[in-house]
Amino acid sequence: MNVSDAAVRVRGLVKTHGRGQSRVRAVDEVDLEVPRGQTLAVMGPSGCGKSTLLHLLGGLERPTGGEVWVAGRRIDTLSERALARMRRRSVGFVFQAFHLVEELSAAENVELPALLAGRSRRQARRRANLLLERVGLAARARHLPSQLSGGQRQRVAVARALANDPLVVLADEPTGNLDTTASLDMLRIFEDLRAAGQTLIIVTHDERVAATADRLVSMRDGMFVDDTRLAGTGAGRLGGLIGLEG
Amino acid sequence: MQDAVLAMLAKEPAHGYHLRARLRQSLGPLGESMNPGQIYVTLARLEKAGLVLCERADGLPEKPERKVYALTPAGQQRVTAWLAEVGWPKPDLAEFHLKLAAAAAARLADPVELVAAQRRELLRRLREAQQAALAEPAGSGAALLLEGVMLRLQADLRWLDACERAWSRRNDEIEDA
Repeated sequence: MNVSDAAVRVRGLVKTHGRGQSRVRAVDEVDLEVPRGQTLAVMGPSGCGKSTLLHLLGGLERPTGGEVWVAGRRIDTLSERALARMRRRSVGFVFQAFHLVEELSAAENVELPALLAGRSRRQARRRANLLLERVGLAARARHLPSQLSGGQRQRVAVARALANDPLVVLADEPTGNLDTTASLDMLRIFEDLRAAGQTLIIVTHDERVAATADRLVSMRDGMFVDDTRLAGTGAGRLGGLIGLEG
Repeated sequence: MQDAVLAMLAKEPAHGYHLRARLRQSLGPLGESMNPGQIYVTLARLEKAGLVLCERADGLPEKPERKVYALTPAGQQRVTAWLAEVGWPKPDLAEFHLKLAAAAAARLADPVELVAAQRRELLRRLREAQQAALAEPAGSGAALLLEGVMLRLQADLRWLDACERAWSRRNDEIEDA
């Protein structure tokens, strides 16, 4: 695959935490290529390194070794300033704990990344309205995060992640703090993003969230132990799920 | 299937194609692969067992679709018994459990690999069920059925995680020994 076709690509990625005897390889020689438009789920037990991997892919942490490429550009060697600019332009983040600015309304939270990227107030507002409508929260645009449920807050966070039309959205346990109904709303949103061709990498414990993805990698002790294509492999066997056939 | 078809006749006698349409409506996308003749096979069996009566409707006696099916008293009793029954289908976990044990004992395959393959298969099914559920309109009966299918698959996937942990531990112990 041509480098420019990959939204995200890493080679020999290593991240160690701690020193000496207590040194741990959180990410251990990982290679990964995520083509544009692919949705990828990363699953694995707590402490397997999946969140660290996500942080490395998005330039939130720097690797101990190896290379990280986003949108055809190597990012692990960038200056802090250039890295911050790259994150703003190319990456959208969704976190387990939402990380919204509590003093700002839902719409203002979504406008913020666009304003930081130099868009006009009007452009930012128009984009925010559009995105809040897309996640079904147009009617709550003026609410503060504290006036919203967990599920609504996470939907605002997804809208915010999309503010600068990023090449890739990185989500870290997006349903980890949500109840069943709110999780279902998130599934719908991820399915919509997948259908719209958004490149999406989701770290999750939730099998249902993972099942929205085209591809699934499993991590153990900082390494990939499985890489599976979920999409388009068993179409048309729905009846088999309830024993109508075979 | 036989009990479900009997129960559908409890309201009133019906044509086979009418029963089939009602089944399709309840099952939604899950019923799409249903064989068109399956309902008639089921009805024939029920008739033979004396649970259903078949009468030819007036007018077009040569057309099989004109047959009208009705419950016999025995059929009615069976429906009542079925409603009160609390039997529940058991997933066959023992077979997979024994497969892992046999594979390990005879060194036929790595149980951890077998678990991974099974996990991939169940995740594909979960994805398929989920996409079908998300495509259903709100409040659809088929979506409720799909929800049950998905919850079961999730439970099975969690059991596979437990299998993987246990067999990985055993593999490590063998390597260390």
